[in-house]
Amino acid sequence: MRGSSPARARNRRIVNAIFVGGCGVATAIALGALVLILWSLVVQGIGGIDGRIFTLAQPAPGSTGGLSNAIVGSLLMCGLGMLIALIVGVLAGTWLAEYGGRTRYGHIVRFMNDVLLSAPSILVGLFVYELLVEPLGGFSGYAGAVALAFLATPVVTRTTEDILNLQPNTLREAGMALGATRAFVTRRIVWRAAATGLVTAGLLGFARISGETAPLLFTSLGNQFFSADMAAPMASLPTTIFQFALSAYDDWRRLAWVGALLIAVAVLAINIVGRLLARETHRP
Amino acid sequence: MSRRLDFSARGAAGEALFRWTCASAATLLLAALGGLVVSLAIGGWPAFRKFGLGFLTSTEWNPVTEVYGAAGPIVGTLITAFAALLIALPLAIGISVFLVEFCPRRVARPIAVAIELLAGIPSIVYGMWGLFVLAPWFAEHIQLPIIMSAEEGSFVDRWFAGVPNGANIVTASLILAIMILPYMAAVFRELLLTVPPQVREAGYGLGCTPFEVIRHITIPYVGQGMIGVIMLGLGRALGETMAVTFIIGNSHRFPGSVFDSGSTIASTIANEFAEATSDMHSASLVALGFVLFVITFTVLATARGLLARAAR
Repeated sequence: MRGSSPARARNRRIVNAIFVGGCGVATAIALGALVLILWSLVVQGIGGIDGRIFTLAQPAPGSTGGLSNAIVGSLLMCGLGMLIALIVGVLAGTWLAEYGGRTRYGHIVRFMNDVLLSAPSILVGLFVYELLVEPLGGFSGYAGAVALAFLATPVVTRTTEDILNLQPNTLREAGMALGATRAFVTRRIVWRAAATGLVTAGLLGFARISGETAPLLFTSLGNQFFSADMAAPMASLPTTIFQFALSAYDDWRRLAWVGALLIAVAVLAINIVGRLLARETHRP
Repeated sequence: MSRRLDFSARGAAGEALFRWTCASAATLLLAALGGLVVSLAIGGWPAFRKFGLGFLTSTEWNPVTEVYGAAGPIVGTLITAFAALLIALPLAIGISVFLVEFCPRRVARPIAVAIELLAGIPSIVYGMWGLFVLAPWFAEHIQLPIIMSAEEGSFVDRWFAGVPNGANIVTASLILAIMILPYMAAVFRELLLTVPPQVREAGYGLGCTPFEVIRHITIPYVGQGMIGVIMLGLGRALGETMAVTFIIGNSHRFPGSVFDSGSTIASTIANEFAEATSDMHSASLVALGFVLFVITFTVLATARGLLARAAR
């Protein structure tokens, strides 16, 4: 410290107090904004939640209806998307953790996975449009599921690799010492030990895609009627919210708020369950 | 293990098969990213060929005359993303420093968890809130008073002109800032937690105030990683679609004032792609997507590189 006169010491204390106060204010501002958002969601959405939301399909403007077609569509597409993502993601994550993670190719794959992890989701929508919708001649639930799979796979891969790396090497050595092959050790011992963590990976991926809107706009498009046909255009909660919120009808807007509340609650719940499970696995 | 271990040749074949399957899955990921770039380049090629470099510099976007120039959305994307970063960055630093350094541990954990959870809320939710709550409030309490008080022809009048409905570049940047804030704060916090306590305590031992320790020791210690976090936040803001589409006003003009409506690349694609009638219109939208990919890839690749080096 250059020369510590009382005046300088006081200045330093003042600057410090302003800084500490500023940090507190920043936290308060952020938490305030986020509480405000959740509060609006609850206030605007909670009144609209009743049985009809889950049993009736999208209404014509002015009549009563619900979101059942959107909810079922979302569940079907997210479900199939997650299935694909889990298979590819767990295998890819396993390769990174157990086999090729330290090779040059492994570094490239990990890097590209990270890029894919935060690539704009609307570009994935465009890609799947060019890949599936255009050649096959129509929007479909399958295309939507594939688009969602593209977004969830990097999450699953990343989490799987992290979780497998957490498994102690003694576990692998014990298996190898008995003469088992690497594949056997990985599947029967490492995967089994990491089971809860792998479920967490799936949950995080699911939370990531369940609110995705942009990639569904030109893959599954939307459907105003109830349909469980994955080969046809399919409704989803996010695209329905998008359509309803921008409409001029009050009852559609009310349904949009209900949908937004449902999605927010679902995403929060999945994330919380995932965290609890993760904490369970990290406990020694 | 009650199961009998398999030491036979079948085990060796199974080993090769399993290893090969895992490697293919990893390759599939690589192929996905490759396919994404190639399909955007091919899909957008007609637009690039017809308009050349003018596609990037022209501000005219007119489906009727079939002339497409992307300067409006490109500039809109850059302006909103950088403005959002400018708002979110100091707040994110403040939050993470507060949580790591000043906040009692008992409270810090729940707040950190809450912030991380909020980072996962889908953008369409933020978009709806922006459209129905933020925009009307902004129009009434900020935009209108400024416009009313401005003298005709004055600096304020020119720079703050716009329809007072709250759908403009500023509100879009605000909503983007709110969206990337929890994410940036969460990653920052993790970075700050990696600073060894000894380093910090050495600073206090010299008689530094907490501010001086953070300013001269903690933040430089995580410096490279911090730049990585900033760029990740920027990457998010650049590609964010739904929230912006709701609130930016969606006009293709080159924005003329602070409160003018505008568009971003992502919002333009979201709005028009499903309704694009001509081949050149869709090709131009895909070409826009390619431009967005190049921008975000550059930003993300740099960010990941810096973060990876910081983690080492």
